[in-house]
Amino acid sequence: MEKVYSKPRLLTDAVMHYCPGCSHGTIHKIVAEVIAELGIESSTIGVSPVGCSVFAYKYIDIDWIQAAHGRACAVASAVKRLEPEKMVFTYQGDGDLSAIGTGETIHACNRGENIAVIYVNNAIYGMTGGQMAPTTLVGMKTSTSPGGREVNIHGYPFKVADMVAQLEGVCYVTRQSVHTPASVRKAKKAIRLAFENALAGKGLSFVEVVSSCNSGWKMSPVGANEWMEQNMFPFYKLGDIKV
Amino acid sequence: MEDLKLIKGNEAVALAAIRSGCDGYFGYPITPQSEILETLMELRPWETTGMVVLQAESEVASINMVYGGASTGKRVMTSSSSPGISLMAEGISYIAGAGLPCLIVNVQRGGPGLGTIQPSQADYWQAVKGGAHGDFRMIVLAPASVQEMYDFVFDGFDLAFKYRVPVMMLSDGIIGQMMEKVAMGRERPRWSADELGDWCVGVGKNNIITSLELDPQVMEGRNLALQRTYNEIEDNEVRYEEVNTDDAEYVIVAFGSSARIASEAVELARRDGMKVGLLRPITLWPFPYKRLRQLAGSVKRFLVAELNAGQMVEDVRLAVDGCVPVDHCGRMGGMIFSPEDIYEQLKGHGKGI
Amino acid sequence: MKETVIIAGFGGQGVLSMGKILAYAGVVEGMEVSWMPAYGPEMRGGTANVTVILSDKPISSPIAGVFDTAVILNQQSMDKFESAVRPGGVLIYDTNGITRHPERKDITIYSMDATEQAARRGMARMFNTMVLGGYLKVRPVVRGQSVVEGLRRSLPERAQKLVPENERAMRVGAEIVAKK
Repeated sequence: MEKVYSKPRLLTDAVMHYCPGCSHGTIHKIVAEVIAELGIESSTIGVSPVGCSVFAYKYIDIDWIQAAHGRACAVASAVKRLEPEKMVFTYQGDGDLSAIGTGETIHACNRGENIAVIYVNNAIYGMTGGQMAPTTLVGMKTSTSPGGREVNIHGYPFKVADMVAQLEGVCYVTRQSVHTPASVRKAKKAIRLAFENALAGKGLSFVEVVSSCNSGWKMSPVGANEWMEQNMFPFYKLGDIKV
Repeated sequence: MEDLKLIKGNEAVALAAIRSGCDGYFGYPITPQSEILETLMELRPWETTGMVVLQAESEVASINMVYGGASTGKRVMTSSSSPGISLMAEGISYIAGAGLPCLIVNVQRGGPGLGTIQPSQADYWQAVKGGAHGDFRMIVLAPASVQEMYDFVFDGFDLAFKYRVPVMMLSDGIIGQMMEKVAMGRERPRWSADELGDWCVGVGKNNIITSLELDPQVMEGRNLALQRTYNEIEDNEVRYEEVNTDDAEYVIVAFGSSARIASEAVELARRDGMKVGLLRPITLWPFPYKRLRQLAGSVKRFLVAELNAGQMVEDVRLAVDGCVPVDHCGRMGGMIFSPEDIYEQLKGHGKGI
Repeated sequence: MKETVIIAGFGGQGVLSMGKILAYAGVVEGMEVSWMPAYGPEMRGGTANVTVILSDKPISSPIAGVFDTAVILNQQSMDKFESAVRPGGVLIYDTNGITRHPERKDITIYSMDATEQAARRGMARMFNTMVLGGYLKVRPVVRGQSVVEGLRRSLPERAQKLVPENERAMRVGAEIVAKK
């Protein structure tokens, strides 16, 4: 029988802790594929955040550093400067990157660190049980905005990608998704380009992946994807922001 | 004469960093220690030894850069002063939890809060009692001279790598800002790639640096391993200096800058015929409990002189365990006692006994 | 031999660098030295002082409450440090801007009009070495040659050409210092 699909060789056999329907597994898979395709598994250092993807280090078989909440970009900056030949990337959620880690993110971007940042935005804190994030949409119900996010109380959803695109040190900003086979292929291309940029010393590449969190959103996996298309994409518009 | 320099303590740290084979310094300006970053930027070691020097956006970023840098198995360090060290607390705990070596220099100023930029030793507790969440320790070296600020960079890195723990050099605005002669004899190159350990990232072993473990049993095991390391450090690394303790009836206990001031108080007392000695803990953790306990058998009274409201005095009392009285002499908020102040306090007690 | 001197005045008067030259001169002579500034944000206009200790033995405390010599360059410093000179010690002060002259009888007091002389002779930038010259006339704790060497070591490369001029200023200082 012809083999038409196999697990990427860099994905470990560890059982992922992600909820069924979560986007992280898919994003992990394409990161693992990109690293393998570039042949850089022995020279890639990942920095995992605090959040749902804290255990990314269990699933992709490369060097990993688990960073304090929000500090991945600071950690990665130092690693890249001390190991300039290595591929260094961070993998962060929206709570990690756009709330507690805003400062470290912006300054790593502004310094033009030669790293790739993979930013998984599902508009909610998943691991801690569905609290409001800076990225939570207006009107969206979370455990800390039970009546829906109100602008006069919580301010507006935060478009980090659009903001960092303004910074000189950033060479590539794109917003992708992984909810269909076609979007997975596009997201993988984007991550590959981000890695190539980092290796070529072009500055910081920022790949946002708009994702669903069916558990946090309290929806079915399919329902969450539909909700994402109808509500997230009109606000977090997919496509390249800076190339 | 060639390698004798008249420099500030802060400058000594910068020079020692370059000459001790440090791979990376990550810091943020704060008085009274900004000369460390300034001197490094002036000397541009990235053009000579290849040492990375980076001005971070905050102390939070600095310590997390140190965390990342330490994860590569290289010699990395940061420096700050009291409020900045508070900001680093979480990162230091992560470094300890992940079993990483690094050097952190605290050139203390007075607190609490924004406090003052003037010298203080009010961060003793923060340094020796953990200073952040979780059961962890840092080796704490207290320099009492500019020469020691130079030497303890070397010693600090050695200890950090021997045990894979964070080491803090607990200095203050006096030692950091003053100039003294420094012999710059010690020098060594940065490690080559094959001298690095096999536990770190970047050596092709797919290593994971983390302090996270959700299984309580496994996590307790990690804690026990840390405690074993700390026990070993307590057994092997206690350092202190004694002056005139042989026949002493009174012993002043003081560290860092206070020990310098106290040693002159000892001279004043000896001139007047009082049998006074000085014990200077060089490692504040591990603390010389045993030696103090021994001394408690032969001295009448201890006086702990420190620029705070009474912090190390608690450790001295713990050591002495009620055998003899332990008094405290302190100033706060950037005020500094003079040798005469300490001597006066000593005499006050001396008469009554 | 041990000399504990405090040099105190306004920021911008060259108080700290005067102390540094003196300390360097001590290093040249193989002495133990310490240089302890009162540091702070007052770069110019505020008060500045430095304690320099020169000794033939290791220096215990770099912090002193009592001084062998005080070099006083403004009124605030006079108010603060006149009383800190040890009995039998020396106080040297620049008369410029002094409204309350020192009153102690148990110390030896010298004055110099260094500010005025420096201005008159076009040596305003050499004010601090002029004062240093006066101090060393009164307290010859290091040789003149060592001070010149100290000057060379404490000046940056670009300022080395100023050494002869500073030497001249020191000679002027030695001439104008006078016992009260």
